Amino acid sequence: MRQKLFRAVGAAAVAAFMLGGTAACKADSPSESSGGDSAACGLKIGFFGALTGDAAGLGIHMRNGTKLAIDQYNTANADCKVELLPLDSQGDPAKAPALAQQAVGDAKVIAIIGPAFSGESEVADPIFEAEGVPTITPSATRPSLSTKGWKTFHRGVGNDESQGPAAGRYIDQVLKAEKVYVVDDQSAYGAGLADEVKKVLGAKVVQSDKVQVKQTDFSAISTKIANSGATSLFFGGYYTEAGLLLKQLKGAGWKGTMVAGDGVNDANFVTVAGQAVAEGTILTCPCAPATEAKGTFVTDYKAAFDNAEPGTYADVSFDITNIALEGIKAGNTTRDKLNTFISGYNAAGAATGVTYKFEATGELDPAQVLVWAFKVQAGKVVPDQEIPKS
Amino acid sequence: MTGLEQGAIYALVALGYTLVYGVLRLINFAHSEVFMIGTFTTMWVWGWMGIDQNTKIDSVGQMVMLIVIGLVAGAAASAVTAVTVEVVAYRPLRRRNAPPLAFLITAIGASLFLAEMIGIFTKRAPFGPPRIIEPAVAFAIGPFKVTNTQILVLLVALLMMAALDQFVNRSRMGKGIRAVAQDPDTAALMGINKNRIILLVFVLGGAMAGVAALLWNVRYGFTKFNVGFLIGLKAFSAAVLGGIGNLRGALLGGLLLGVVENYASGLFGGEWKDFTGFVLLVILLMFRPTGLLGESLGRARA
Repeated sequence: MRQKLFRAVGAAAVAAFMLGGTAACKADSPSESSGGDSAACGLKIGFFGALTGDAAGLGIHMRNGTKLAIDQYNTANADCKVELLPLDSQGDPAKAPALAQQAVGDAKVIAIIGPAFSGESEVADPIFEAEGVPTITPSATRPSLSTKGWKTFHRGVGNDESQGPAAGRYIDQVLKAEKVYVVDDQSAYGAGLADEVKKVLGAKVVQSDKVQVKQTDFSAISTKIANSGATSLFFGGYYTEAGLLLKQLKGAGWKGTMVAGDGVNDANFVTVAGQAVAEGTILTCPCAPATEAKGTFVTDYKAAFDNAEPGTYADVSFDITNIALEGIKAGNTTRDKLNTFISGYNAAGAATGVTYKFEATGELDPAQVLVWAFKVQAGKVVPDQEIPKS
Repeated sequence: MTGLEQGAIYALVALGYTLVYGVLRLINFAHSEVFMIGTFTTMWVWGWMGIDQNTKIDSVGQMVMLIVIGLVAGAAASAVTAVTVEVVAYRPLRRRNAPPLAFLITAIGASLFLAEMIGIFTKRAPFGPPRIIEPAVAFAIGPFKVTNTQILVLLVALLMMAALDQFVNRSRMGKGIRAVAQDPDTAALMGINKNRIILLVFVLGGAMAGVAALLWNVRYGFTKFNVGFLIGLKAFSAAVLGGIGNLRGALLGGLLLGVVENYASGLFGGEWKDFTGFVLLVILLMFRPTGLLGESLGRARA
């Protein structure tokens, strides 16, 4: 009797799910009948990036920057709003294609801010390209992304070819290190960055090694680095591994300075490593400090998000979202027109002060690329200096 | 040395797999999450005491006290988690005589449930629990440097394992465990409460995972909601390597896996670590399908 009851309840639950599902599908599908004026309203801008998962710490700030721009736009244009569509990729390239398909299938989606990371960009951008959805990424820095002939691709920051060499120059000119150890996490991002650093430093690299994403034991490599006599370590990868590596490395008695890219430029790095260990670490970023963004961005951001300090790329996301919004406002309400608008854009962003002007490949005009070095001091990531351009 | 230390942690977690498998013929996939919860609990307990990774701890007395507290808290939390999983998920299945496949799926489900629960609760952020003891080289034998944390980890792990081994082999309840492992029905006829024994097995396995969790915190000072996954996999391999269902096998398998992995990563580079570990497992199982020391918990020392 009890079994039967269970079955009946189960069947009812399944049926309810299915009904709910179909209803939701209907609600999602774009209504073809809406004509003329209303087509320009209720458009969606997608944010594509990690909102949960290992790298969510980076993605959430970018999403917030985008959200802030859209909210401000909606306040100013209450009669014709734009909607934010969060697309949570968890930073996982395997999840990206399905998510991109979902986005392009929604006719209201007119532009994408993102994808945030290089790996997911590789697989999602071809889908956006095929459907002509313009994308502007605030943070995917792999150089090869701009070489695929994608017309819809735009990059709002410098790529690893600007960040990697800059990190190299910092190690060379500012730290004046003679022996450098280079480690990467074998991700597209980390390895790309490490390769650029190696090119700049040449013979000063005493040894290089590879670790894995999600690795927790770095004792073997720590011993090697400590014994190599290197005074500086460049790490190409993300904050979790960077924090753990540095912690174990300092435990092995190493006293040098770690330099890492923007993937480590996050408060979670200090949480993992601990204040004492993280102290003095140099983090580069092809961006100006978000906390020192121009205009009212910082105060607006804090007011909108529980007094949180804007994180890396929040300001870039804000500015590039505004580019898309300006385009919509100017009447570019189809994907094609908006793409042309973005490609021909040439004006300074309110928060970063960078003049957004894209090359034919979608790359940001190299003259506009800033690379900053940040330093960990007393548990906080503070701006150190802009890295010299040569 | 690093290998032995890491192996010791594998071995402690492996004990949980082995104990449960020996008695229930069930691979308790949720065990990796039992470990993970242990790492979080020790961190939180230290946190409540006002100790975080930035506090300096100088006196030896305080260190010992914190480690003991962490040990007890971790072991207790892990044991409670393990027992909860058993009572909530496995026991109802056993009562209904569910097929082994149902147990397997339930185990995986429980594992994901626990990991996701902690993941949502902690916003999936990585944490750096305090390490309590700053690693420092205690003494060196030739080129091998031995650090104080390594000594602690090995000592505590071996002590725990010796205690568990004695408990299972000597005590009355240990006899019960062995009896149920050999033949649950006959054991029941002999007046052994099967459910009590199973509960005991989960408590013991959980406590061992809790101890491993404390040692992990002291050694690596890192935890995250999915920290259990890889170590669970490694510990399970260690258990299989040594002969699943065999306590001493788990110890041997864990230490062997740890040493081989670290030796390989020293030899070929870090990226070969997992590769070598699992190649070893596959090759060994080809020649000794039941693992190094053979299988059954009961049979091995009936």
